[in-house]
Amino acid sequence: MRLNVTVNGEQRTADDVWEGESLLYVLRERLGLPGSKNACEQGECGSCTVYLDDTPVCACLVAAGQAEGREVRTVEGLADGDQLDPVQEAFVSAGAVQCGFCTPGLIVATHDLLRRVHRPSDEEIRESLAGNLCRCTGYEKIMDAVRLAAQRVQA
Amino acid sequence: MTESVRTTTAGGVGTSPQRPDGALKARGEFAYSSDLWHEDMIWGATLRSPHPHARILRVDITEALKLPGVYAVLTHADVPGTNLYGLEHQDQPVLAVDLVRYQGEAIALVGADHPETARRALARITVEYEVLAPLTDSQAAVRGEGPELHPGGNVVRHVPIRRGDMAAARALADVVVTGEYEVGMQDQAFLGPESGLAVPAEDGGIDLFVATQWLHVDQRQVASALGMPMDKVRLTLAGVGGAFGGREDLSMQVHACLLARYTGKPVKMVYNREESFFGHVHRHPATLRYEHGATSDGRLVFVQAAIYLDGGAYASSTPAVVANAATLGVGPYDVANVWIDCWGVYTNNPPCGAMRGFGAVQAGFAYESQMDKLAAQLGIDPVDLRMFNAMAEGSVMPTGQVVDSAAPVAELLRLVRDRPLPPVPTDDVDIRTMPGGVSNTTHGEGVVRGVGYAVGIKNVCFSEGFDDYSTARLRLEVVGDEPSIMVHTAAAEVGQGLITIQQQIVRTELGVRHVTIHPADTGVGNGGSSSASRQTYVTGGAVKAACEAVRARVLSLAAAKWGVPRRELSLVDGKLVAERDGVLGDLVDVLGTTVVEETTEWRHRATEALDPVTGQGNAHVQYGFAAHRAVVDVDTELGLVRVVQLDCAQDVGKAMNPQAVLGQIHGGSAQGLGLAVMEEIQIVDGKIRNPSFTDYLIPTILDMPPMSVDVLELADPHAPYGLRGVGEPPTISSTPAIVSAIRAATGLALTRTPVRPEHITGT
Repeated sequence: MRLNVTVNGEQRTADDVWEGESLLYVLRERLGLPGSKNACEQGECGSCTVYLDDTPVCACLVAAGQAEGREVRTVEGLADGDQLDPVQEAFVSAGAVQCGFCTPGLIVATHDLLRRVHRPSDEEIRESLAGNLCRCTGYEKIMDAVRLAAQRVQA
Repeated sequence: MTESVRTTTAGGVGTSPQRPDGALKARGEFAYSSDLWHEDMIWGATLRSPHPHARILRVDITEALKLPGVYAVLTHADVPGTNLYGLEHQDQPVLAVDLVRYQGEAIALVGADHPETARRALARITVEYEVLAPLTDSQAAVRGEGPELHPGGNVVRHVPIRRGDMAAARALADVVVTGEYEVGMQDQAFLGPESGLAVPAEDGGIDLFVATQWLHVDQRQVASALGMPMDKVRLTLAGVGGAFGGREDLSMQVHACLLARYTGKPVKMVYNREESFFGHVHRHPATLRYEHGATSDGRLVFVQAAIYLDGGAYASSTPAVVANAATLGVGPYDVANVWIDCWGVYTNNPPCGAMRGFGAVQAGFAYESQMDKLAAQLGIDPVDLRMFNAMAEGSVMPTGQVVDSAAPVAELLRLVRDRPLPPVPTDDVDIRTMPGGVSNTTHGEGVVRGVGYAVGIKNVCFSEGFDDYSTARLRLEVVGDEPSIMVHTAAAEVGQGLITIQQQIVRTELGVRHVTIHPADTGVGNGGSSSASRQTYVTGGAVKAACEAVRARVLSLAAAKWGVPRRELSLVDGKLVAERDGVLGDLVDVLGTTVVEETTEWRHRATEALDPVTGQGNAHVQYGFAAHRAVVDVDTELGLVRVVQLDCAQDVGKAMNPQAVLGQIHGGSAQGLGLAVMEEIQIVDGKIRNPSFTDYLIPTILDMPPMSVDVLELADPHAPYGLRGVGEPPTISSTPAIVSAIRAATGLALTRTPVRPEHITGT
């Protein structure tokens, strides 16, 4: 099938998409956007989190056809040119990035959290990011990054 | 050679500059091994055995080959070189011939135009099996029962440790405690799946881009299986999404190269999460029987232990894991009389090998459980008992090796004990802080709190006489009016921050601000494995040594240019300084268009083999220590555990990058928490029952409590900058501290980790 989808503000088309492909597969393998990650491909790890019409979803759980005519924003669409989004910047400077495989999903999830809640408490941060697995950091520096990003987003 | 010169250049050793790959990773633009793409590439897939033990009677690939879009279907008959590989013993077939020894063993490969085509082709391959009874009991394997799975028997290695006079020690012991402990099979659960891209080259060779921990050992095994000379198999490190030991063995490396060789096309292989559980080795599950004897005042007089490690179907790194569990088997304590037997065996369970902590984790759970039991028996505070018996610099290991640098075991315990305790929950509870969280399973009723302690010991670097070295190539030149250095090693950045450390060392040694890291590949000498907490030590040592060689060349150039004796020159903050005349110029002046390139191999001090009868010998390079205190709340009605706080103290010799040091301690502690309360690959009759992140649980941000960390920097005079390997020690003491806290809360014996709800409720 042919898939038409707006990704990071650009109208994109993918041809010969097999109906069983996920949005994640199309992004990574057909549209050259491998930033959304393939850690579990079963909706458990959150590493493929993207915005679908402004709602964060696991791209691995969305059939490609379900994205037809809709808007997708991936981790690649957060920075403003060379200028990192404050959430991205906070993750790097807080030391929340080690292997980095969870980072794109956590950054999108944090970006979404900070749009909804300006100064989240630690409990709110933990509840909001409970769907994103990280194996390297023990989450301490991720907590630091989210707190730092919350300050910067507000400032 | 001049003395090492410390500079004040920003971003040097002891600081925490941003990692050079940080922004790329945060933007989603860092190229991991599963992100690679090549014009005209096809997809590889693997057919695996559903049986843990079976004879293969027939493999029919006819129907698979007929499927449109399929380029190749390969079996063992298509392996041109040696159809066996392995880290220490070449005992594992690249593709099974007539026998499978574990569920998930690779039998055939497909190359196809789409992952789904490949999957359908795998389903069309017919394999006829004669299913055999699996050997799944490691103690039976030691006794010689069950089928012989490999020529020579099922004991991969037995390490005895014999020290002191056990009979005399038993007479001295006022109190003896015994216990049998079990450790479940843990998975590394790195997030980036096994993956890579093999590209056929014009010279008939193969270029492989892959996520691994050790490029050169992969290269050796791939070349051997392909029957190609080493220089025709070139490996480049692709982005690595975590490792933790699980990438030390081969996964898809040979398979992708075989498909590329047969199809002439670039081949991408990416495991999904389920296949990943079958695609790499795990932490050895263990049964450990211990006996501790002490005087009534708490002095340990002997430890006797029998340790059984289940290595599964293939040897992998089992021999080294056995040596670790044995040599570190009494923990960081002074014990004069020791009798340990440790076995690693073949079974039909999933193959086990390296995982962070590597043998020291299993032993640590048992000896720390024993220390608690002994303390209870003696009526002594468990921390006091540990401090009373704590080893220190100058202590003698059960191997006879003298610990010849800092071993602040008692100090680490004191630090975690003196941390303030978290407040006890009041009546007005926030359910988010309760076991069960927003599942709203309790408002505090049935919840009890406990506090537990543990301390652990880990060897750093490769042991037992292994020639453990790394290679660094440095290239210094002027680029755009600025001195610039390129560092080239084959050492794998797996997330730990090794590339940042390399930059820091160069800045400190040479005062050059602009340092770039060449992609790690086999175009430079061996860097050794990113394991055993060794890369900052060994590759860091190699980079430092290469800096010294570059500095010597620069000083010679400067001596010639300015007519000053070389011995009177030094390089400070990137400037050439003469003893009498002060600053003569900077690196740009000296270098002009000259390129200075030096390649250096660097080794840590040599170690010795263990005596095969007594287990005596200076087998280890360095020891690392960490201690934890855990505070838990346990819902005794449902068996749910919430770790409320987890504090750690660790000696790192020198905090090369304080932020990265904390990252290692946090992350290692979290993996220990996983092993304490949730992580286990569940095996029934040799089959994995939970190969997914739905059923194999790793800690989420809700499971991981806040941590306070004390970092000591007691320099090891034998190591570069005095550093001590950081990555593994926190994984060892975290698990027993948490289980100890659950015991303290519930009064239960809890001899098995991970602790499951039913162990607490008794249901």
